[in-house]
Amino acid sequence: MSLATQSISALRQQLTAGDITSRDIVESVAQAIDSNDTEVGAYLSRDVEKALAAADAADLSLPLGGIPIAIKDNINVEGEPCTCGSKFLQGAYLSPYDATASRKLKEAGAVLFGRTNMDEFAMGSSTENSAIQLTRNPHDLNRIPGGSSGGSAAAVASGSAIAALGSDTGGSVRQPASHCGVVGLKPSYGRVSRYGLVAFASSLDQIGPLTNSVEDAALLLEAIAGGDPRDSTCLDDAVPSYRESLDKGVKGTRIGIPAEYFGEGLAPAVRERIETAAKALEAEGAELVEISLPSTKHAVSTYYVLAPAEASSNLSRFDGVRYGNRVDKGTGIVDMYGTSRSAGFGSEVKRRIILGTYVLSSGYYDAYYTRAQKVRTIVQQEFQAAFQKVDAILSPVSPGPARKLGDAKGDPLSDYLADIYTISANLAGICGISVPAGTVPSDEGTNLPVGLQLLGPHMAEETILRVAKTWESVRGE
Amino acid sequence: MSDTNDFKVDYVANLARLDITPEEAKRYQGQLDGILSYIEELTSIDVDGIEPTAHPAPVLDRLREDDAPAFSIKQEAFLRNAPDQASNQLRVPKVVDPS
Repeated sequence: MSLATQSISALRQQLTAGDITSRDIVESVAQAIDSNDTEVGAYLSRDVEKALAAADAADLSLPLGGIPIAIKDNINVEGEPCTCGSKFLQGAYLSPYDATASRKLKEAGAVLFGRTNMDEFAMGSSTENSAIQLTRNPHDLNRIPGGSSGGSAAAVASGSAIAALGSDTGGSVRQPASHCGVVGLKPSYGRVSRYGLVAFASSLDQIGPLTNSVEDAALLLEAIAGGDPRDSTCLDDAVPSYRESLDKGVKGTRIGIPAEYFGEGLAPAVRERIETAAKALEAEGAELVEISLPSTKHAVSTYYVLAPAEASSNLSRFDGVRYGNRVDKGTGIVDMYGTSRSAGFGSEVKRRIILGTYVLSSGYYDAYYTRAQKVRTIVQQEFQAAFQKVDAILSPVSPGPARKLGDAKGDPLSDYLADIYTISANLAGICGISVPAGTVPSDEGTNLPVGLQLLGPHMAEETILRVAKTWESVRGE
Repeated sequence: MSDTNDFKVDYVANLARLDITPEEAKRYQGQLDGILSYIEELTSIDVDGIEPTAHPAPVLDRLREDDAPAFSIKQEAFLRNAPDQASNQLRVPKVVDPS
């Protein structure tokens, strides 16, 4: 079995026993990328020599000692490119510092190796909005890997990464994890520092791990979580040993089944997989409780006011002055802003900046932005009420399996609507995980992965990881 | 809320400092009209007496000691990414129009 497809805990055992070296793992991953990634296209860049040097210097006594981790291309790693999938930054930017999550991985002994593709500035759910390259789903090369962390998910799924970091603003870790058949965790807002994550929508963004197993996700979360004076929204709460409680089972755990997540639009084959998982957890001793989250139907509208509004403000920093590609026709600075931004940004980014600018403009601010912020409060209150009755909530991640490449061309709204089950967790700031729940057949005879979503209260990662691990252990392969 | 007919993509793109071509303007106008009319459903929700949520972390206005933070990026490292520079400063096209 190739080292590149093994779990972190299995590799760590072999490393500490002296059976293998970190260099062996990095070489195995590099070979896997060489053989798989020409057709998958998960990676944007990688520096094998730098990773091998880091591998040779790795302290194997640390929790992630010697383990290579791939990083989504919107998280700064000192000295590396950070394109955000955009022409604006391609070839024009090397990070002058480490994101806190990158620094913490290094401090835990990890070897940061390889930068993964993404929708430009994380805007999208197919990775088709990358201005740099196409990423294909390893389970069916004619389909999307999901997004925006599609490169991270496809890298782990194709055996060309042990694990990866992604970022989740409206489902961008969980949905590609679901489509690619890997584990993807969105931590609670404030659990992981956003310092050095290129901001898309600051009140929704969180960095999270994509891994082959729930245990690996727990291990990575332990490494990257915790307070940070450089992010004022990051919480100082102690980081528990998430791995310790993974095997405690679900006896007596109350799991909510929200009616609104199983309604019209959910593919019957996906529903069947999710219901099978729910029954399996019930058989393990969990109590299934029917609940209602009535404002789910407003989540997409709310999100597509708030996220573009925040994005239009955050992306104003890309003006051709301090970094990135400048396009200057010699007619003054204001014209230079416009020409640089127009040349640097792709269509989806321009659409969202325009939408965000409009909803924040004088005369519309209250009607759109303030109103959406109020609906956000309602969404949050409904989750708080639900978590009085249940410990976790179970649902699908996405209404269907991965769609075909190119199928949403010209109609951005169709992809937005498919975010319905993931967006609310970001609005409410709660944690969520996608864990593989089997596959459904496509018309072309391929088997497409389906993810089970578990949502937990704010800072209750321990609960959703434990429920996810229980399902993973009874799931079978 | 609004009459989406008054959404003019050219005007808003200019506010956002985006130069868009007539083809882009036409395409975005149609797509964004569709999105705006979908978002319109927010008007049906009763939000009376509800406080807006800016971000979901249960912290607000965290303060630190009033000292110089030690984690600034060095000037040299910062300027390495600059599109144009002179004398250790960022250089930009002319700001004041002489006419």
